[in-house]
Amino acid sequence: MDAVKRYFRSPAAVAGLILLVIVIAMAISAGFLYPRDPLALAGRPLIWPFSNPRFLLGTDNSGRDIAAQIFYGARISLLIGGVATAIAILIGILVGAFAGYYGGWVDNVLMRITEAFQTLPNFVLLLVLVAVFGSTLTTVTIAVGVVSWPAPARLTRAEFLSLRNREFVQAGRTLGMKNIQLIFGEILPNALPPVIVYASVVMAVAILLESALAFLRLSDPNVASWGNLIGLGRDVLRVQWYVSAIPGIAILVTVLAVSLVGQGLNDALNPRLKGR
Amino acid sequence: MRILGLAGRRLAASIPTLILILIGVFLLLQFAPGDTVDAMMAQMGGGDAATARELRKFYGLDLSIPTQLGNYLWRLVRLDLGFSSIYGKPVASVILERLPPTILLMTASLSFAFFFGLVFGVIAARGVNRWPDTLISTLGLIFYATPSFWFGLMAIVVFSVYLQWLPPGGFEDIGTVRTGIWRVFDIASHLVLPTLTLGLIFLAIYLRIMRASMLEVLNLDYVRTARAKGLDETRVVTRHVLRNALLPMVTLIGLQAGTMLGGSVVVESVFSLPGLGRLAYESVVQRDLNTLLGIVFVSALLVISVNFVVDLIYARLDPRITAG
Repeated sequence: MDAVKRYFRSPAAVAGLILLVIVIAMAISAGFLYPRDPLALAGRPLIWPFSNPRFLLGTDNSGRDIAAQIFYGARISLLIGGVATAIAILIGILVGAFAGYYGGWVDNVLMRITEAFQTLPNFVLLLVLVAVFGSTLTTVTIAVGVVSWPAPARLTRAEFLSLRNREFVQAGRTLGMKNIQLIFGEILPNALPPVIVYASVVMAVAILLESALAFLRLSDPNVASWGNLIGLGRDVLRVQWYVSAIPGIAILVTVLAVSLVGQGLNDALNPRLKGR
Repeated sequence: MRILGLAGRRLAASIPTLILILIGVFLLLQFAPGDTVDAMMAQMGGGDAATARELRKFYGLDLSIPTQLGNYLWRLVRLDLGFSSIYGKPVASVILERLPPTILLMTASLSFAFFFGLVFGVIAARGVNRWPDTLISTLGLIFYATPSFWFGLMAIVVFSVYLQWLPPGGFEDIGTVRTGIWRVFDIASHLVLPTLTLGLIFLAIYLRIMRASMLEVLNLDYVRTARAKGLDETRVVTRHVLRNALLPMVTLIGLQAGTMLGGSVVVESVFSLPGLGRLAYESVVQRDLNTLLGIVFVSALLVISVNFVVDLIYARLDPRITAG
């Protein structure tokens, strides 16, 4: 409970939480507020924001409602960010736990693979994956997850290295517990908090990666995503710059919210490190 | 010499990593729909199955995958990256042509991010929890959350469309021929916006790390000693704190080299710079898998060489590293 109190004492963390709640509310309410397909033709193309009450944020170059696309885009960003982060953290925990617990050649092999993933620029690997497996919502989400796991893996490994010879683990070993039980039942719960906090960083990067991919028109073109809209607005950037500007602010706010919440959690859970 | 030996050992250790990457990506690309011959046939406007078979045989694509992989690795040893059917040139020369703008862009962005990250980090740490710190930290958070391609587009709107101060894209003005110093100025003016765009997120990261590392070092005993000896605060910071506080920053350059190369894919597309990143994007769109594999190889090499240099700088900054 102390942690919760500490969290709410930081204005930045509270601001981040409020922003995140707003984005989540947008994602949930998209269906009620804009029951029509956000990618369907809605009105005249390129209506400026605040000039027509029917289209509060205006329309894009093909006459689609920008506000509707922003609301539905929140769904896509949170979905891709959330699922990709879950994939990355899951792979990271598995790799890091086995490498850190067993050490020796297991550690060597797993860390070589991690190093290989870190040496290759993650956006270049993402391009390769999209080139090979195509760009549907599912493949893009998995691809973003697959390029993001090395950092959580290293973090988990470091935690395991420091925990694996603690007394409670030795006690468990004396009791005759199996390695798998020790890894997932005993050590992992203790190693988890910093990894969970780090998940916010992974999620922020995942959202940025997906939007960059969508901007380059290499993500799923059949969903209303913020990156897609920015890419579309690029064609009319000289005059109707608002088509690109609005979804960019949405991405900025979402990534900012996720980072602030992550930092707030970090400070609340590790009060000694506050201010670092 | 000792430094060089240590860094050299690290360099040798990265060779297995490089081979692992190449094997992995090579096998991955086998799953890609369509191969080089398909791309060539499409380029030629179609052809019959017999021609396709001939071509596959010519390029060794009819062999088993392990044999093909062996052939590819053997050719790489001789620095032969294969042939790009889209550009009609060897992949190595296509990549070599595109390398200078990317290296220029990365160096400029890194210098920008490192320098301003350092300065802002020091200012924030000196006035910790006062308004300069709050302002800088907030700006850092916002920069970190800004999608680079979006910042680039908005910069084009402001500086190229409205103010008309800077060109909206390209590497140099192709309308007029410039030589010598004027060409340098021309290229520099084309690189201002891309440098800011690519550097922004790294600026945010560097200033945050610099601030944290300054705060940590400022509390160490030897800094108290320096102050006790009567040195003024500026001298304490520049002569004693900075050198040690810089270590995490230098580590970060090595860690971020890959991210920066990835970021240049997007930035080069925004500003239509003819660099390696844009080539990566084009080869994905045009299904030029040979070139894509070549880019993977070259970017891994780039990241490894940056890390080699970082090792050298690191040992120079902290002599204890080689002693251990």
